[in-house]
Amino acid sequence: MSIHDEGLAPAETPEGIEVRGLVKSFGSTPVLTGVDLDVAPGTVSVMIGPSGSGKSTLLRCLNLLETPQAGRVRIGDDEIDFAVGVRRGQAAALRRHSAMVFQSHNLFPHRTALENLLEGPVFAQRRPRHEVEEEARGLLARVGLAEKADAYPDQLSGGQQQRVGIARALALRPRVLLFDEPTSALDPETVGEVLAVMRDLAAEGRTMIVVTHEVRFAREVADHVVFLDGGVIAEQGPPSQVLVDPQQERTRAFLGRILHH
Amino acid sequence: MDLDLVRESIGPLLSGTIRGTIPLTAASFVGGMVLAVLVALARLSRFGVLRGIAQGYVSIIRGTPLLVQLFIIFYALPSLGLTIDPFPSAIIAFSLNVGGYASEIVRAAILSIPRGQWEAAETIGYSRAMALRRVILPQAARVAVPPLSNTFISLVKDTSLASTILVTELLRKAQEIAAPTFEFLTLYSLAAVIYWVLCLVLSIGQGFLERRLGRHLQPQIAKVEKVRQATA
Repeated sequence: MSIHDEGLAPAETPEGIEVRGLVKSFGSTPVLTGVDLDVAPGTVSVMIGPSGSGKSTLLRCLNLLETPQAGRVRIGDDEIDFAVGVRRGQAAALRRHSAMVFQSHNLFPHRTALENLLEGPVFAQRRPRHEVEEEARGLLARVGLAEKADAYPDQLSGGQQQRVGIARALALRPRVLLFDEPTSALDPETVGEVLAVMRDLAAEGRTMIVVTHEVRFAREVADHVVFLDGGVIAEQGPPSQVLVDPQQERTRAFLGRILHH
Repeated sequence: MDLDLVRESIGPLLSGTIRGTIPLTAASFVGGMVLAVLVALARLSRFGVLRGIAQGYVSIIRGTPLLVQLFIIFYALPSLGLTIDPFPSAIIAFSLNVGGYASEIVRAAILSIPRGQWEAAETIGYSRAMALRRVILPQAARVAVPPLSNTFISLVKDTSLASTILVTELLRKAQEIAAPTFEFLTLYSLAAVIYWVLCLVLSIGQGFLERRLGRHLQPQIAKVEKVRQATA
């Protein structure tokens, strides 16, 4: 797992995100009740908060796995105002900017590691296969799994699966990387290898939004920490403030709970 | 048992199998599977009307005897001015029947694929149709093979009902030879053996298909060994 020195391809120029007044409820249960968020290009934002606080939902709204009822999301030049409604092409356009790494990796079990990386670029983005394949092998090497290209997900350990998941996201050449609790489902001894890959990506200057419970990772890697509670952002700022010297009582209470476990 | 009769009848019986039973089964299964996938998708669709139509179809097919379905198409439709030859009549009836039963299998198989697979497909830029084709259906196929094999094997035997609408398939050939000679035991036993062999071949094919579609899955024993190696 070495850091590439070549930097990011022009196609992957990091973008910023702007969220305004985002509202999402499931049935009559409100989950997000008016969220404003700004993410600067090339920065790492970590979202923390108790379960049910809406942090995963917020992340999933950014690539429209959930459709908010109101509010706006802008990534790069594409913007959707959800109060107006989402047109078909709009959703695809917004989604193209980002790639998602899931908690349970959601690799395609019937395809090899390499094939998992090819799916999106070859069949959705219609890029030439030979070009994508070369790039994909490079990405697998980058996450330390060059020799596992032909392995099926079921033949890999949890940490390896998640690293393939990250490589699959990178293969889409995203301008924003979204991580939804990428280490929560892993055995403790494999968490480190996944976090190492994520550190590597952060060092490259990518825009990353990470939902996680790994406070140490947040302290070391994040530029910006967002604490969600009860469907709103209760506190946000640099890690030195939010994680070390939180201003809000509920942030303190939450950190106290997760740090003493 | 009259061995000469066995020798004489085996030719016509095999001809009935190869020209009647096998093409009838194959065509009906293919037709039925196309219908089954369409009906399953209709039942999973957002549109209430489609869901309703599909549900009605499945209910009618499952709620009425196959023989009655066959008779309606062959004997009853002519009074509405629609006359269809025996062989195509049988294919239509069996396809409709298989479509009804298999659609439930396909629907269940699609629903058995975790939601995360749809989501992953969506985030890599797939439309719903592409997600279905490249991600969901290939995985659903593995789940569906054992129950669909049941349907297929039942169909082989159900095609014998086509003898009642004058399709020259295996059972009808047996009847034709047995009637003038009164050798019912010999002829029907021979027919039974041929049906059984056909089904045996299909069972072997099922095993082969299951292994092929499941080749990405590690046997449990290999998993245990992997964990042991990792911790050793």
